[in-house]
Amino acid sequence: MINDSLQNRQRTIAIIITVVIVIYILRLFSIQILETRYKEGADSNAFLKKTLYPPRGLLFDRHRTLLVYNKPAYDITFIIREIHDLDTLSFCRALHIDKAYFLKKMGEIKDRRKNLGYSTYTPQIFMTQLGIEDIATIQQSMYKYPGFYIQNRTLREYAFPNAAHVLGNIGEVTQRRIEKDGYYKSGDYAGRDGIEYTYEKALRGEKGMEILLRDARGRIQGKYENGKNDIPAKAGHNLMLTLDMKLQVLAEELMVGKVGSVVAIEPKTGEILVMVSNPSFNPAILVGRQRSKNYLSLLRDPTKPLMNRATQAQYSPGSSFKPLQALVCQQMGGISENTYFSCNGPQSSPIRCTHHHGSPVSLLSAIEQSCNPYFWNAYKATIEKDGYGEKNLVFRTNYDEWVDRMKSFGLGEKFIDGDLYEQSRGYIPTQKFYNKVYKAVTGWRAITIRSNSIGQGEVLVTPLQLANSMAAIANQGYYITPHLLRTDSLRKKIHQVKVDKEYFPIVFEGMSRVFESGTARGSRIDSIAMCGKTGTVQNNHGKDHALFVGFAPRENPKIAVAIVVENAGFGSTYAAPIFSLMAELYLTGKITREELKLRISTLVTNADVKKR
Amino acid sequence: MSKNVSMKYALDWTTILYFVVLVLMGWISIYGASYNFDQAGLLDWDQRAGKQFVWILTAFAIAGMLLLVDYKMYSFFAYFIYAFTIILLIVTIFVAPDIKGSRSWLVIGPVSFQPAELAKMATSLALARFMSSYNYKLKNWNDLLPLGMFLLLPFSLIILQNETGSALVFIAFLLMLYREGMNGIILMLVVLAIFLFVIVIRFSMYPIALHQGSWGFAMGMGFILAIQLVYAFFVSRHRKEAGIVLLGSIIAVGIASLANIWYVINFNYVGIAVVLLSSIYWIFVALFSRHKQFWMIALISFSSVLFCYSADYLFEKVLEPHQQIRIKVLLSMEDDLSGAGYNVNQSKIAIGSGGFWGKGFLNGTQTKLKYVPEQDTDFIFCTVGEEHGFWGSTLVLVIFWLLLMRIIRIAERQRESFNRIYAYCVASILFFHLMINIGMVLGIMPVIGIPLPFFSYGGSSLWGFTVLLFILLRLDASRLERLR
Repeated sequence: MINDSLQNRQRTIAIIITVVIVIYILRLFSIQILETRYKEGADSNAFLKKTLYPPRGLLFDRHRTLLVYNKPAYDITFIIREIHDLDTLSFCRALHIDKAYFLKKMGEIKDRRKNLGYSTYTPQIFMTQLGIEDIATIQQSMYKYPGFYIQNRTLREYAFPNAAHVLGNIGEVTQRRIEKDGYYKSGDYAGRDGIEYTYEKALRGEKGMEILLRDARGRIQGKYENGKNDIPAKAGHNLMLTLDMKLQVLAEELMVGKVGSVVAIEPKTGEILVMVSNPSFNPAILVGRQRSKNYLSLLRDPTKPLMNRATQAQYSPGSSFKPLQALVCQQMGGISENTYFSCNGPQSSPIRCTHHHGSPVSLLSAIEQSCNPYFWNAYKATIEKDGYGEKNLVFRTNYDEWVDRMKSFGLGEKFIDGDLYEQSRGYIPTQKFYNKVYKAVTGWRAITIRSNSIGQGEVLVTPLQLANSMAAIANQGYYITPHLLRTDSLRKKIHQVKVDKEYFPIVFEGMSRVFESGTARGSRIDSIAMCGKTGTVQNNHGKDHALFVGFAPRENPKIAVAIVVENAGFGSTYAAPIFSLMAELYLTGKITREELKLRISTLVTNADVKKR
Repeated sequence: MSKNVSMKYALDWTTILYFVVLVLMGWISIYGASYNFDQAGLLDWDQRAGKQFVWILTAFAIAGMLLLVDYKMYSFFAYFIYAFTIILLIVTIFVAPDIKGSRSWLVIGPVSFQPAELAKMATSLALARFMSSYNYKLKNWNDLLPLGMFLLLPFSLIILQNETGSALVFIAFLLMLYREGMNGIILMLVVLAIFLFVIVIRFSMYPIALHQGSWGFAMGMGFILAIQLVYAFFVSRHRKEAGIVLLGSIIAVGIASLANIWYVINFNYVGIAVVLLSSIYWIFVALFSRHKQFWMIALISFSSVLFCYSADYLFEKVLEPHQQIRIKVLLSMEDDLSGAGYNVNQSKIAIGSGGFWGKGFLNGTQTKLKYVPEQDTDFIFCTVGEEHGFWGSTLVLVIFWLLLMRIIRIAERQRESFNRIYAYCVASILFFHLMINIGMVLGIMPVIGIPLPFFSYGGSSLWGFTVLLFILLRLDASRLERLR
């Protein structure tokens, strides 16, 4: 029966079977050993890497008063692939949104141009920063919406409605920031402005990760290897600021209804005690769902409440420049404390005097009385002491020296070694600048730039720079870069001023007399020996800016202040009392002049400034 | 009594060993595949592994009973069993509930059973009986017709049940027929047809130019021409003629390409013309050189042209949309990972993530988390691949290979053609299941839902394969009885 001729075919059949099985083994080798993408695929399938968000660091003031802390917030996230049978209407109702918003939001998320990280596999953020009241309804019915999750986050909560500009705020990261810093993912929050921005890295902590096992229907089946590979979130560092919140609150109160700023610095340390920019806003309105709406309205406000005037606004310092001028002119030998110049009052030429006092005047009374002609003459005597005109080498050297010594007070440049966000440079005009402006026409000399002598003209300062220059005077020859964080490292950054110590006492005396018998005598208080200088600055936008700079107490100064009240009028009327009240509170711990405080805080110089 | 003693020696224990090993490995894989994180034991009745254990025990019982039956009975009752199965198949069409579009399950109380599993065994027995009859000749047309009927009847009934996968298994009998004398060209033609179909479909989406034919068709024609040339040049050594055809074809295509500058030429027709002309040329060669094989070459060429021409039509009109998509996914013409391509992609991910040693028993994340659909039935091999890695999967393939080789050896030692034919039927069916199932899981075969023998969960398929194998073992055991 054995069929001989066909028996060989068993071999063919065996070969066919063997070949197929060998091919399969090779295929197994290829996908199990050669290729790695299947392993990655398996990981992205099964492991849901859930981000653990660390609590953001808290902010305290110099007396350990809690300023900013966290409250729980929630994000609604979803994974597109896992969404099925979504009852959009009930979902929207549970979230208190309308369907149009839902569709718009979904469209934005799915648009890869707007959302580069979009993937149907990874969690996408649908809504952020919801409060407990926003998600109360949906929390119980979450099981009805497979693919949607509630992610726990934290929101900032503010203990005070103050210091918005200093503290800054938190918002969703921009696409640009995501590209620059790999730490962020779309939908993360990061600090914007102020401390929140500058110290973002310290405050944000480090995100952690929890690896969860997710089945094919997206249900979580527990932790992978009982959380062995999880990375816990590292909490952000708590930061202690240099601010004195009590003083900050007072300053903001006094600035109500006015446009301008107040900066107070502790001279010995460079620590910023107060930084007010008005109009301001309650930082709490830039938190949560209302953030973007409120941000937009702040952005559109014509009084520019988002701008931090303390560091960004540039003003002519006016008469508040005179103490610096007195110092630099003495140092350069243009004048001495025994130099007298005559003053013809309002008839003086080329700069008239706005005050009435005897003539000739000494340096001391010039500071006390804020005599314009004196400082013009002093300035001229200083920069033209050995010749004049821009072609004259000695004149040019003298002018450069003047610029250099002025700048040594921290003027004309940003503080680059500090922690202040968004500063303006201010301006101490250079030779080059004047060459460009005047050379072709008339050339230039002291008379051409005479306005500089009394802090008008091209000289521009920010309130911060002004306050810092006061700190330098208070320290009699040095300042420490003004900063907001209480750390030791910044304290060491001592900047020597290019004016010798011997020239300071007369300026102290002059500034003291401003309170005794000069322009700020109305703001004096017996308990504290204060030094200061008022300024009333002409400008192109209406009434004069009221300025005041000063420090107190005279012996061993503890606080140096600059105050600018825009378009208010006399510095003596509007700015000096603010200094006086602040100094009193800071140095004695209480306010004795309640009626003065009330009068200043109810004074309105700009009706557009919204009351908070 | 003496019969039982002889059985102990006559039984092929090697095959039984392979069988038991495969079934147990299957059982463990099912446990792994259906394992939940809050899983109870291996023998939990509510779990699939527990149920499979019951199927395994009953399968062993069935195997034992089959061995007790007198071997002559199988041949004697072959037609009865076949007829009974056919009736069962017909009844099933009408009474079976609709389960995912298929009407193939008979539900009797708590037990459901798939008669299609029985049909493989019944058809094997019937074919063996018919082909082993005394004056049967495969080349005889009168004998070929009933043979075709034996195959076509269950095939069409299973198609009517919407179980295309199970029906396709009947293609496996070609391997047995080849052993029994069918011309090997037919096997080659099947391979050729599949090859042509694949290239025409795969590349038909790339047009040469608008209304100028497709690359797929051009490649199909080129391939036919290549077969002609290779045959003429290397096999029959008509080198001059091969040169003429090659030159002629190049000239024809060249002229067409030149003409293309002035006229819109459809290169599909150029290809057809070239192949038809060359075929006619070979007929002339056959006439003059009396080399008759050229008739065959010409015939194959003609039918291939026809086949290529209708391939698109077959694909779009005969195949159902879900079948079309499965093929497109296989040929990477579509990348639908969440739809039709999902199963295979997930299956490849599961297997691929296993690496060399695998993730360890019950540690497979993909199968545990139910990423692979049908992972305890058709896609059971994924669990092996993921948890036991390359070495585990290879081991399974090697055991299957050993089993198949063993069956071929058993087949060849039979003195009765009935036994041998039946043995080859068993080998062919097992091989076909293995090839399609694992090929599908590995993404090199289209998704055809047929189980992996002895592995996949389910009573019907386990019983079906057990019956298939143990009838063979009973027949094999009789070879010693016959000698006495």
